[in-house]
Amino acid sequence: MKTENQKAWFFVLPVLLLVAFNALIPMMTVVNYSVQETFGDNLFFWEGLGWFEQILRSDRFHAALGRQFMFTALILIIEVPLGIAIALSMPRKGFWVPVCLVLMALPMLIPWNVVGAMWNIFALPDIGLLGYFLNHVLGINYDMTQDPVAAWVTIITMDVWHWTSLVVLLAYAGLVSIPDAYYQAAKIDGASNWSVFRFIQLPKMKNVLTIAILLRFMDSFNIYTEPFVLTGGGPGNSTTLLSIDLVKIALGQFDLGPAAAMSLIYFAITLLVSWLFYTLMTKDDLN
Amino acid sequence: MALVLKNLTKVVRGVTHIKPTSLTLKKGHFNVLLGETGAGKTSLIKMMAGIDPVADGRLLMEGTDITDLSTQKRRISLVHQFFVNYPHMTVFDNIASPLRVAGMAKSEIEGRVGEAADILKLGPMLHRRPHELSGGQQQRCALARAIAKDSQAVFLDEPLANLDYKLREELREMLPELFAGRGAVVVYATSEPEEALLLGGETALMVDGQVAQFGPTAEIYRAPASLTAAQVFSDPPINHATVQKTGGQFRLGDVKWDAGAKAAGLADGRYTVAIRPNHVLPFATDAARTALVGRVGVTELSGSESSAHFEFGDNGWVSLAHGTHPYRLGEDHTFYMNTDACLYFAADGSRAA
Repeated sequence: MKTENQKAWFFVLPVLLLVAFNALIPMMTVVNYSVQETFGDNLFFWEGLGWFEQILRSDRFHAALGRQFMFTALILIIEVPLGIAIALSMPRKGFWVPVCLVLMALPMLIPWNVVGAMWNIFALPDIGLLGYFLNHVLGINYDMTQDPVAAWVTIITMDVWHWTSLVVLLAYAGLVSIPDAYYQAAKIDGASNWSVFRFIQLPKMKNVLTIAILLRFMDSFNIYTEPFVLTGGGPGNSTTLLSIDLVKIALGQFDLGPAAAMSLIYFAITLLVSWLFYTLMTKDDLN
Repeated sequence: MALVLKNLTKVVRGVTHIKPTSLTLKKGHFNVLLGETGAGKTSLIKMMAGIDPVADGRLLMEGTDITDLSTQKRRISLVHQFFVNYPHMTVFDNIASPLRVAGMAKSEIEGRVGEAADILKLGPMLHRRPHELSGGQQQRCALARAIAKDSQAVFLDEPLANLDYKLREELREMLPELFAGRGAVVVYATSEPEEALLLGGETALMVDGQVAQFGPTAEIYRAPASLTAAQVFSDPPINHATVQKTGGQFRLGDVKWDAGAKAAGLADGRYTVAIRPNHVLPFATDAARTALVGRVGVTELSGSESSAHFEFGDNGWVSLAHGTHPYRLGEDHTFYMNTDACLYFAADGSRAA
């Protein structure tokens, strides 16, 4: 008779421990805070779902969420087509390939807070290169510390500068995997450049673009460091994105309960949108 | 009405790959480009298709100069040796793609795709993706795309080379009727002499980037213009040796034979004789009477035919005959040559008789 034992479970244990300490336990702490009120000294009072209700009904949260969606939508609308366009115009072989790739990768290698600081100085109206040029050479009234529109233009530009490369590199990887034979076949079919893009290049890039959009969505939806260093959420609250607002509530006001509830809602939205997007994009591949 | 090449030349980084080539490829029959790998068949096709740049010369389609016309505007089809189908599209969409690009009406597309799929027996597979098909089906899909499109020229670049024997036979039989009556110039590249003979039409023998001979296939098989042409258009390789003509006789080592009617007029001197393996037999017949004795090296049996490689003089010779024959390896055997089938070439390689 075959003996059965449960020793195989030990092989799963390391991963279980890793996931537990990495994700589950910190998250349960947040869950713990989100349903209680605390006044320090480890004194806790049961709150139930009160904080969740408060956050979901709060105008401040709605405003921050709206700004967050606008920011993410804007950078996706700009970065994805721009990234594809740059990838399409990059050489596929020869001397310039590594040069282009390194140039593209450079912005992504800079630490996020440095990017924020760089753009802050760059955009200062009187001493920054960009700010000075716009104000004193072109005569455009540009001051991101005073004008919400200028602040938005600056954080969007900064993100495009920092992260379009990711889309470029992923799209480029998809493009170089297309054998010359398909381009030849398309030419012989009489396909225009647009048809080649629409029916050969785009379908071949679909998988990498799904990943690119997913990564850009998650990163931009959770963005904190760069806009915090650049505008600090201002002027006023005009660039206070969700994460910035969250930190204000948690560390500025020390409202740990509402902050924890907001974290969980924030997390649920990110997860839901990512899951929806990924499921919709890959549902054709299953059959 | 035809595809005309006028001194078409291809140069890559200063090296001439295709020497000035002039051909008139007509409709209504197969135009075969026959040559070994690297002879320039694919290069020539790529120039005709407009994929590779033309260094010099002109290309005329139905009298119109298309040398500088882009591939997209040429109304051509091309089937490769390797199977090229768009992997993310179904068989239907693959066959329909050139028609869609041309902006054809949906009902007409369905009709044409259906017709092409019927001829190539792809009906049940129209909704599969290429990777779900066998190699033969994939190539049939590529062929269907070529015939569904209303092309002025169809280029088939060794389309059967990557298929197994049975499928190759089957598809090869299909090919002539596939393109009959479609009004397109059909160009077929192959490295197999047998294939050229089966497809008939006209053949251009290609050697080292130029056409050695061009004409009706059977005719240039019977009467090669040069030793090179004879060598390209023979499989197994054509036997050849240096002979001396004195008076009315040729002498090859100890073997002598009468020049016969067609070679009698040649001046005395040295020639190269060439004879196809199927005219060198292991037994005497009424026609094959001139005896050659050689040591048998390798023998091969291919179905109903058997071939023997034997050493004769300074050269290796091949005999090809029906049936099986009792050769003993390493021993001398007497072969009989039909001297009426001998071809004679002058010192410069041109045909003398």
